[in-house]
Amino acid sequence: METLEQIKARIEVAIPGASATIIPNDSPSAQRSLLVDCGHGLAVAKFLRDDAELKLDYCSNATGVDWPEAELTEKFKVKQVVDGVEKEVEELKKTLRPGYLEAVYHLYSMAKKHGPVIIRLRTENRTDKNHLPSLTPVWRGCEFQEREIFDLYGIVFDGHPDLRRILMWDGFKDFPMRRDYVEPDDYEYEPTPHDDVLLKSKQHGEQESKV
Amino acid sequence: MDEGLKSELQKQGVFTTTLESLYNWGRLNSVWPLQFGLACCAIEMIATTMARYDLARFGAEVFRPSPRQADLMIVAGTVTKKMAPQVVRLYNQMGEPKYVIAMGACAISGGPFKQGYNVLKGIDRYIPVDVHIPGCPPRPEALIHAFMTLQQKISDQRLTGAQRPRHLNADAQSEFPVPKFGEHDLEPASNADVWSAPAFVR
Repeated sequence: METLEQIKARIEVAIPGASATIIPNDSPSAQRSLLVDCGHGLAVAKFLRDDAELKLDYCSNATGVDWPEAELTEKFKVKQVVDGVEKEVEELKKTLRPGYLEAVYHLYSMAKKHGPVIIRLRTENRTDKNHLPSLTPVWRGCEFQEREIFDLYGIVFDGHPDLRRILMWDGFKDFPMRRDYVEPDDYEYEPTPHDDVLLKSKQHGEQESKV
Repeated sequence: MDEGLKSELQKQGVFTTTLESLYNWGRLNSVWPLQFGLACCAIEMIATTMARYDLARFGAEVFRPSPRQADLMIVAGTVTKKMAPQVVRLYNQMGEPKYVIAMGACAISGGPFKQGYNVLKGIDRYIPVDVHIPGCPPRPEALIHAFMTLQQKISDQRLTGAQRPRHLNADAQSEFPVPKFGEHDLEPASNADVWSAPAFVR
């Protein structure tokens, strides 16, 4: 299979205006992915499916990722002259990363027996601009998985044939897989609470003692 | 009746019993479960009814597909919050006398999904449960043990007096409120008449 760089270059040639970014992966798997701009998401998906070289005809998995707003700290070394001697000094740079939601698609080719190519689509923010193009018209198997992403992360897929909640009921308002989801306080006695459960039991205990 | 007199009469070929024990004996040997499974525990429940474990020995081989014909609800598996109203509704549709076995870790407490957002933390929050079986999933022997425990419970029921079972007490509640789908959780989150949270000790 072509490398991700080659695929990226061919996408940008084939679809005018489309931009793709390679997202590095520091984990041991080093499985990199391709961030596609959501305006051209559908066209890129069609290209990946129909291209003679790639023929990515099978979407094995679609999932969501929630990236809440975060303060990123970067360390970098700066050369400074301290008391007439040049020294390397570490400086911290803080940047505020806005929150966004991502849909991740794992693509394989049944015809060419290769894969995966991982593409990501990113929303502008987590509240009102949470729309992405649905890839169900390209890979039919995405239908339920996109419904699940809609249900648990709150990404609205434009062009989806039947976008409803799938695991939770229709009147449900929250998105349970988001990082800031607050679950209802129905804590019950645990014989050996630990970690998050211990925290929860303490909070619950404080509330009980207030009442 | 005096036990000594009873055995003396039996030696003479006279069999005596009470209406109560005859009535209960008949009931406990034909408890028909509702044919209804929710998750992997249902597979163990099916195994229990098959030849190797043979629940038919206890008179419970007839799994009824209709709640109107069932006496026993075996809640076999994970009760999700989306499924909980249907489980309560099925229970309400069963005719008295009716019994509930909560089978497995999920049905009794939420089990491995207890800290999750979509699983009910035990069906005993909404309906009265007669026998709880722990296990993930419980072996068929455990279900048979629960069934025998239930039979013991039925045979101990008095037909008169304040302790009489629900189906002989016209004032007793036999339908339980079905929870509604709320915006964040089921409403109410539990039925206070049948369940209260264990006391916080620490």
